[in-house]
Amino acid sequence: MNRSRRLKLQVFRVVVFVVMGAFFLVPIGAMFEFSTRGVGVGAPRTLVSWTTIATYPDLVAAIVASLELAAITSVAMLFLLLPTMIWVRLRVPRLNRVVESLCLLPLTIPAIVLVVGLLPVYRWMSDNFSNSILTLAFAYVILVLPYTYRALDAGLSAINVKTLSEAARSLGAGWGTVIFRVIAPNMSGAILNACLLSVALVLGEFTFANILSYVNVQVAINQLGQANAGVSIAVSVASLLFAFILLMVLSFVGAARRSLRSKPRASDPRLEAVWGQKA
Amino acid sequence: MTATGNPAIESARRPREGGRRLPLHWVGVAPFLAYAGLFLLLPTGIVVAGAFTGNGGLTLSNFSTLNQQYLIKAFISSIGLSAVSAVVGAALGALFAYAVATGNPRGVLRRIVSSACGVLAQFGGVTLAFAFIATIGGAGFITLWLQSHGIDPYAKGVWLYEVPGLVLVYAYFQIPLMVLVFLPALDGIRPQWREATESLGGSTWHYWRYVAGPLLLPAFLGATLLLFANAFSAYATAAALISQGDPIVPIAIANLLNSEIGIAEPGLAKALALGMIVIVAVVMTLYAVLQQRTARWLR
Amino acid sequence: MANTAPVARAGVEVRLENLQRSYVGVSALNGLSLTLAPGELVALLGPSGCGKTTAMRLVAGLEEADGGRVVIGGADVTNLPASKRDVGMVFQAYSLFPHMTAWQNVAFGLQMRKVGQDERQRRAREMLEIVGLAGFADRFAHQLSGGQQQRVALARALAINPKILLLDEPLSALDARVRARLRDEIRRIQLDVGITTLFVTHDQEEALAVADRVGVMNKGRLEQLGPPTEVYSRPATPFVAEFVGLTNRLAGVVRGGEVDVRGARLPLVKPGVTDGPAIALVRPETVSMTADPDSSPGPLVGTVIGTSFLGATSRVTVDLGDATVLAQLTTTDASKMPPGTRVRLILRPDPVLVARDEKAATEA
Repeated sequence: MNRSRRLKLQVFRVVVFVVMGAFFLVPIGAMFEFSTRGVGVGAPRTLVSWTTIATYPDLVAAIVASLELAAITSVAMLFLLLPTMIWVRLRVPRLNRVVESLCLLPLTIPAIVLVVGLLPVYRWMSDNFSNSILTLAFAYVILVLPYTYRALDAGLSAINVKTLSEAARSLGAGWGTVIFRVIAPNMSGAILNACLLSVALVLGEFTFANILSYVNVQVAINQLGQANAGVSIAVSVASLLFAFILLMVLSFVGAARRSLRSKPRASDPRLEAVWGQKA
Repeated sequence: MTATGNPAIESARRPREGGRRLPLHWVGVAPFLAYAGLFLLLPTGIVVAGAFTGNGGLTLSNFSTLNQQYLIKAFISSIGLSAVSAVVGAALGALFAYAVATGNPRGVLRRIVSSACGVLAQFGGVTLAFAFIATIGGAGFITLWLQSHGIDPYAKGVWLYEVPGLVLVYAYFQIPLMVLVFLPALDGIRPQWREATESLGGSTWHYWRYVAGPLLLPAFLGATLLLFANAFSAYATAAALISQGDPIVPIAIANLLNSEIGIAEPGLAKALALGMIVIVAVVMTLYAVLQQRTARWLR
Repeated sequence: MANTAPVARAGVEVRLENLQRSYVGVSALNGLSLTLAPGELVALLGPSGCGKTTAMRLVAGLEEADGGRVVIGGADVTNLPASKRDVGMVFQAYSLFPHMTAWQNVAFGLQMRKVGQDERQRRAREMLEIVGLAGFADRFAHQLSGGQQQRVALARALAINPKILLLDEPLSALDARVRARLRDEIRRIQLDVGITTLFVTHDQEEALAVADRVGVMNKGRLEQLGPPTEVYSRPATPFVAEFVGLTNRLAGVVRGGEVDVRGARLPLVKPGVTDGPAIALVRPETVSMTADPDSSPGPLVGTVIGTSFLGATSRVTVDLGDATVLAQLTTTDASKMPPGTRVRLILRPDPVLVARDEKAATEA
């Protein structure tokens, strides 16, 4: 490449990075700025918005509920997916496609569409079962399926499930031992990834909660937004930072445990979005 | 739901050897299938079936009711918004991706940008809406700065809280998504093609017009379609910004579910939802087709 | 493939004058000067990093020289961009446009020169016939084998009637069998068309087989330029001797225009070398041996410790106690002296190159 062309390219790159950097960083900075504004013109910066979070009981309850949901969803997801995926690998490999398609289905069905169909189901549940916000976990497990399936699949691919389980079984281990004390410890990175993803997604979820009339943290932020923008933005920043840190941890843990097998099937890049891997 | 006391796993603890081969292997997948059936397939089925159900049996009346002015406007707005958001995101994202692709493939900048795009592409919903409100909302940081310099961005109306504002806000996750989708295609462009074009007498314009352009077009179009589907399906961000009316389909659906009309005619919301599924499915199929073409040329 | 002496053909003369190129403090080319006679094929041979590819890219115009000139057919093209130099280039791999068929690829250069559609197709199919791919015109790159792709690349480069043909390791990415066949084809086509050609490679067998002259390069400089036979049997420097063909390094003493290597007296390639200890660079094919089970120990007596079967010839490794020698014999002869045999070596009195010390001898 000759010199003038190289120079033009470098100028282009600098301009693009500066503009894009500004576009993506300014809103985040603005959130910090907004949430630390003092009252009145020329007032000094203050952390009032942050410290008064605790004085909004509904908000606090929503935060607690979201955290509980995040935990429950992670655990439920693991208990549902991990045995199933191991079982499929060991006993019914033919069903692999079916399970995978089901897990990736939520990517192509918009959340707002799915929740229309969930409404009757949840009505039935709250009439006959429970009205608690924690029942949202059922729907949330479905929501996180595509991402967590991918995470666990990568982890299972990297270890020899068949050999490990056969060895354990021949030594007299029951299935519980096989799953929890033989296989799971060997894919701890993938399991951690799946849980981090679940937590990040649950904390950021709004659609299901809003339509099904439960108040999780995002719904609470939205409701509070009218009344006290400062506090709701402070909570937004907090949840954003939390999710950001989680996903950054994810990309480092994920990088260390990347599966060596290449994926021949074209996959949805929104999955790649969470993984940061090349499609 | 107690998934711990998984009956299938328990029973397998006592392996049955010899004798008749029972279809034991299906049992292990049963809990998952039951769960997915109840919370994924059933709701989808409810939507599809409900769209065709009226007061007493199968009917297409829901679709004729769809013909109401405001609902048609909602669809048009949704499609328009998604199209504009897709094109804007694709164009800007392609430029950004190009800037990244022309750098050191193993450099720090590339890795930071890739990770950041991975995170930002998932960033949406209420938090994003509030971020933009804090930036250029009524009392936003940039708004105040502009006003102190004599420019009023809202002189012609408060556009941030209407559909046009969504284009700007959606760009925040559309551009990173574009980078993630398009970057692999750009990486697939081999430097030898550029050099061969030059040695054969082609200029930069010739290169883009006859070589790189045609090669990247399927990937670009496919990515645009993906961005379209992404914008079309989005609900949370719009719900946080737009407080009244039924400007786009997802909000129209949400309003129907809570309104009297919606409760009186439950099939209506489902018909809308079915409409959404159809549009998204068509777009995603086209996307898959274009991906295949890209994969063949740019692997 | 016989290498005929350069004959004045239809091609043009190409001159590289004192070319210099450095990257980030490392100098890739250090004043390279070379003249290609019209229609001549010069091979640039050397290890990776020696500057041969850089030299070619400077001639092509894909990179800008830091110093020196490139003159093609009497015209100074040093400041012209690649698209205006009228060069035909064949890359190592992956250079065919994947979205175009073979004939469209070949016609591309003509398209850049605004040749009409029908005329383009006609000439493209003609070129494909010349490279032996008459029936493959409508195939895409992924439907062609590696060798076929390179033929299309060659056709594409030649279709524009360039002033010089540049081949950047065109065979390196191919299977060994395809390589040999395609190598001869390329040479045949080059001779037929009569175009001045620069052929870059790291494979010395390739260079010796196709070139009119071979230029051996090392660390940005040309160490020797000459016909293949000369480069092989009269290497100008130890590096050339090491890089082109195999060499034994044997300690000896230079005395009066000859070198005494373990009792054998060998003439020198460069007779003016001063007396004293030196390392002689001896080709394996000049070493022969006889089985000698009873003879007393001597400087050229040793034991066979290994044999490598190469087909018609075999390479035999002999341990002389303080040195190891490689000899190249016919397989029949080699089979008479299996590992363990005590042998006496005979060095044929071909002129050898000497290096002054161990460091110079292993300069590669």
